[in-house]
Amino acid sequence: MSKIKKLSKESFPLLIKKISETQHVYGPVSQGKRISYQRISSADELASDFIIPDMSAKSFVFPKIEKLFSYTKNKDGVEVQDINLDNIPHRVVVGIRPCDAAGMESLKAIFSWDPSDPIFETRLKRTTFIGLACNQADDYCFCTSLGGSPGDTKGSDILLTKTDTGDYIAEILTSKGEKIVTLAPDLFQDVEGDLQKEKFLANVPKRFDNSDLQNKINAAFNTDVFDEYAMRCMGCSACAFVCPICACFDIQDETKGSKGQRVRLWDSCGAKLFTLHTSGHNPRETQGARWRQRLMHKFSYMPERLEVRGCVGCGRCSRRCPVDMNIAESLNQLIIDN
Amino acid sequence: MERNIYLPYRMKVAKITEEAPAVRTFRLEFLDPAEAENFSFKTGQFAEYSVFGEGESTFCIASPHTRKGYVECTFRQVGRVTTALSNLEEGDTVGFRGPYGNTFPIDEWKGKNLVFIAGGIALPPMRSVIWTCLDNRKDYKDISIFYGAKTVNDLVYKHELKEWEERPDVNLYQTVDPGGETPEWKGEVGFVPTIVEKIAPSAENTIAVVCGPPIMIKNTFPVLQKLGFKDENIYTTLENRMKCGFGKCGRCNVGKTYVCKDGPVFTAAQLAELPNEY
Ligand SMILES: Cc1cc2nc3c(=O)[nH]c(=O)nc-3n(C[C@H](O)[C@H](O)[C@H](O)COP(=O)(O)OP(=O)(O)OC[C@H]3O[C@@H](n4cnc5c(N)ncnc54)[C@H](O)[C@@H]3O)c2cc1C
Ligand code: SF4
Ligand code: SF4
Ligand code: FES
Repeated sequence: MSKIKKLSKESFPLLIKKISETQHVYGPVSQGKRISYQRISSADELASDFIIPDMSAKSFVFPKIEKLFSYTKNKDGVEVQDINLDNIPHRVVVGIRPCDAAGMESLKAIFSWDPSDPIFETRLKRTTFIGLACNQADDYCFCTSLGGSPGDTKGSDILLTKTDTGDYIAEILTSKGEKIVTLAPDLFQDVEGDLQKEKFLANVPKRFDNSDLQNKINAAFNTDVFDEYAMRCMGCSACAFVCPICACFDIQDETKGSKGQRVRLWDSCGAKLFTLHTSGHNPRETQGARWRQRLMHKFSYMPERLEVRGCVGCGRCSRRCPVDMNIAESLNQLIIDN
Repeated sequence: MERNIYLPYRMKVAKITEEAPAVRTFRLEFLDPAEAENFSFKTGQFAEYSVFGEGESTFCIASPHTRKGYVECTFRQVGRVTTALSNLEEGDTVGFRGPYGNTFPIDEWKGKNLVFIAGGIALPPMRSVIWTCLDNRKDYKDISIFYGAKTVNDLVYKHELKEWEERPDVNLYQTVDPGGETPEWKGEVGFVPTIVEKIAPSAENTIAVVCGPPIMIKNTFPVLQKLGFKDENIYTTLENRMKCGFGKCGRCNVGKTYVCKDGPVFTAAQLAELPNEY
């Protein structure tokens, strides 16, 4: 259904303003050195010159802490109050990077694997993503090695590409995107001819050939490549928390007095306690086994079970790792070795 | 609207049985009769049991699916949730969500002999399938049960063991580890695999189900193989750490296999294909 329009640099802030009248708008905001997706009320709050927000956009659909229901204990027993999905807000995220948007499809695959998760599904349904194509990249970016691109439309409802004049090429991709256009149809101009979007995209060189990645990583399972590579990993879980697709979670109860709630919290397969049995037995005993799980899950188990990869090559895990573990480098090594 | 998949049913602890030191069986009944009406499970499946304020714990459903209106679980007190459960009294409320996972293919076993081999507190998943088969006794040929625990005191379901012992249509072999016997003990003394080897059940037209601590399973499989059991005819269950029970939390997988969705019931042939991450 893709339709191409033009959105002038003057129209862009007007569009944000128009959307904010009815929905909460979020976008990348600069806070000192940090760039993060924040609630905004006008376009001038948006960061302009950056590669990628520090945290991914996954928290819009999979928050760090998600209340699952609440309960009240009294002398007669326990009352349980279900959550009300109607309270999940309609939101628009503007300026989401194409890799983050593409990651939504992988998250969806995880959460809709039977039984489908209504909390996640509702959040995703009520969030509109206005992507912003990348015009700069760094050495950590490797989306192109995994079939993505700085101008990838996957997962976005509208994708904007900023041109040299500061105006935007707007690709209207879904019915949610159409709805945004109908809020302010006059701001979107018709275009003629090819606007040559590619000219305005960052150059992200291919770091490896992914054509046989799944077989190669399967072949590496019993080698010591994972142990060797993970020698320095501390299991701090930063990589999982910044990742747009890592979705491992824990379930815990939080109680205050007689009231409490059961919550779902971000967790990580890199953590030692993750699989530890109460008996003391741990099926993934070493950090190497846990690093292997991280890579196998993303590049073998998810493709096999869910038909999507668990990585879009955003590079965040490597940017944020305190001991410089680099996922692209690790993949490259096992592709060469196997 | 679809039901919140994380929302447990509220169940009343209808009956508590002390089985062995730190091991209890709870009989749970639905507080909401409509939920009881709509609920069903099959033998082999598990569930998430919770104490509100303490969290959830994974146990198999220990009662047979042939008996409706309640579910039972048997658990050992080892940590936070199981301690909180142990502190409950009859009439208290717990959370229960499930059933999850696959089932023992008891229909495929019709017309065959069944050999059940269990160690310690691993009798619960077995108890469910044993009673389910006994409730359909005419569908199966010989039924033998091997059960062992560390000491006489540690044997769970003592009452039911007695019942099985007295039934002419069940062969029950009980054993305790060397040193675990009492002067009155009339059963075997020795580790489970040793006793299985000694009694040597025939592999001809027979299904074996083995549940127990990893070391017992590891030592029992070779004995069965020596007796001529094919890996496809040996069943067991895996117990990887779980949170969600439905393939999302990322905790229980062994390679590409999710114990919560593809298991917990596996054949020895299937286990042989899995990486050693259980
Ligand atoms: C399919 C299946 C069937 C099972 N069937 C049975 C059965 O029938 N009977 C039985 O007795 N057992 C059974 N088990 C084992 C049982 O699930 C565990 O023994 C039980 O969950 C222990 O719970 P706990 O809260 O008492 O232990 P705890 O060790 O206190 O664990 C509490 C929770 O907190 C987490 N946790 C523990 N320590 C830490 C820490 N230091 N930091 C952060 N988090 C932590 C754990 O992940 C756990 O979820 C089964 C397990 C599986 C997977
Ligand atoms: S961020 Fe680095 S050190 Fe921390 S768990 Fe991930 S790979 Fe290991
Ligand atoms: S694994 Fe690393 S590079 Fe891949 S999507 Fe996650 S954070 Fe980005
Ligand atoms: S228990 Fe959560 S994925 Fe299996």
